Amino acid sequence: MLSESVPAPLLLTLAWRNLWRHKRRTAVMLFALALGIWSMVVMAALIRGSMEQHIKKEILNLTGHVQIHAPGYRDDPAVEHRFTPSSALLQALTQKPVLAAGARVRVPAVISSERESAGVILVGIDPQREQGLSFISTAVTSGQYLISPQDPGLLLGRKLAERLETGLGRRVVLMSQDAANQIGDRGFRVVGIFDADPQAMETGYVFIGLDAAQKMLKIGNDVSEIAVMASDRNWLEDEVQALRAAAPDLDVAPWTEVQPLLVLTENVNNVVLLIWFAVVFAAMAFGLINTLLMAVFERTREFGLFQALGMPPRFILGQVLVESLILLLLALILGNLASWASVAGLRGGIDLSAFSEGFEMVGVSPVIYPALAAGDITTANVIVVVLGVLASLYPAWRASRYVPVEAITRT
Amino acid sequence: MEPHTVVCRQVSKVYRQNTIAVQALTDINLEIPKKDFLCLSGPSGSGKSTLLNLIGGLDRPTSGEIEVDGVALASLNKGSLAKLRLQRIGFVFQAYNLIPVLTARENVEFVMQLQGVSAADRRARAMDMLNEVGLADLENRRPGELSGGQQQRVAVARAIVSEPSLVLADEPTANLDSNTAQALMELLVHMNTEHNVTFIFSTHDKLVMDFSRRLIKLHDGRIVEDVRRG
Repeated sequence: MLSESVPAPLLLTLAWRNLWRHKRRTAVMLFALALGIWSMVVMAALIRGSMEQHIKKEILNLTGHVQIHAPGYRDDPAVEHRFTPSSALLQALTQKPVLAAGARVRVPAVISSERESAGVILVGIDPQREQGLSFISTAVTSGQYLISPQDPGLLLGRKLAERLETGLGRRVVLMSQDAANQIGDRGFRVVGIFDADPQAMETGYVFIGLDAAQKMLKIGNDVSEIAVMASDRNWLEDEVQALRAAAPDLDVAPWTEVQPLLVLTENVNNVVLLIWFAVVFAAMAFGLINTLLMAVFERTREFGLFQALGMPPRFILGQVLVESLILLLLALILGNLASWASVAGLRGGIDLSAFSEGFEMVGVSPVIYPALAAGDITTANVIVVVLGVLASLYPAWRASRYVPVEAITRT
Repeated sequence: MEPHTVVCRQVSKVYRQNTIAVQALTDINLEIPKKDFLCLSGPSGSGKSTLLNLIGGLDRPTSGEIEVDGVALASLNKGSLAKLRLQRIGFVFQAYNLIPVLTARENVEFVMQLQGVSAADRRARAMDMLNEVGLADLENRRPGELSGGQQQRVAVARAIVSEPSLVLADEPTANLDSNTAQALMELLVHMNTEHNVTFIFSTHDKLVMDFSRRLIKLHDGRIVEDVRRG
């Protein structure tokens, strides 16, 4: 009984041994393919790492994973757009996956020292609740952090302190419109100086105790916002739904709505990555097709012989494709290992501050920590294998189309 | 009467090189019975190899019909032709044409592997055949490590190991010294008589002609003489 099927062991044996007929050529091609894969994965890790840092920083810069406001606050963050947290909402904020939640008063204000004044955002916080919720609990570098919501002190950004020509222990005056549409003002002593990234956070925000802010603005127990930190920023749908159910009259928005520019930046980065993948793959594909075409052309006589001996054309096609697949898989192993080693070696971050001083101004950290994402690795690997095999179809098809007698007689 | 292994009816072949037509074969009529041992001879360009290639289904005639074991080759597509060659025809080429990345034994096993013969059976038959051609101790050598004569014997073993009904041999002794050629022809005669394989040779070599029972001379693409010898 004759078999109609392709004998896989023969196919693999021929493909494997043919690959190593020209060791140097195969090694060069392997190196080129592995280099391409390495560049795809490492570039993805750098872009992803940089983006990840940027998003994390923005979320800690008072954004949080979810924000709850009175309707209209996001368009006009004034004192009249405030709300009283309901008991249902407060109860919902104690449920998992909420890791941290904190109420804030957040309104525009003017701060004055004895020499200068500046427009700022006044943020009244519960200092304990801000831990793990925003950057401020760890940002104080001189003086001390606020102790409680009733703390009479004020936290000032280093850059703003310089502009106001004031400092630790000095008094400043905050002025803002209160609930009665009067100018409410109060003097505060600077108890802490904080550093922030970007610098705009240092010049644009001042922090006082929540109770002090409520008293100054005469808003009782009302707040401007509640910020929420969940366990995973990418899986917030259920959380947002639960909070909306608990506070149907309020505006519950995930960070993707609060910071649409951040999402846009992430999407642009994804597109840039895909373009990079496409460019690298195109270069790899030319090399791969060229190598396979050379190999096929050199073995014209052999493919003619295969057909003369009764090998079906589809088997010849399969043999070239298997050769290509083996080459691609070996390159994937080498490329991925090299990528992993490179990223592991760069775990401490790449400090690019020596090359550009403008990073911080645009909110990008000059130290990039590469982050390997399973999705990026999978995308790079699938692109290389699937498109690589597709690119090999042409040389394989050429090999299977030889007329046996012409191939055998070719010298 | 033995059935015919090969039948050619009015077979012609014209090669076209740009606008020039070259008549390689003209109106060939030929019947080759089973177990025949015949030789196609003639000067270079007389059409020997062309006729051999057409009978082997490696090329198609411009006109006329060829049957192998009762199957009309014109009715077969590329894949079916390959299958027919796999099952019924063995080839021995002037330049040996072994597969360079396979060992002697693997080369002999090659056709059986395509046929789907089990590994154990394949190996046993390949070793028997290598033993028969005197190369059992060189089974693991690749073609590049074998002499011309040894390679041609491996090619012969590959051609006949799966017991095809027809073996086509194009100048099988062209690259062999006289002693090796003599031994090879004795081997092929043995295969012909013991295994009932039909052999068709294309050759200039008088030694091959001397061994053949039927001698067909070609000239300018036509059969000019067809002699059966005792």
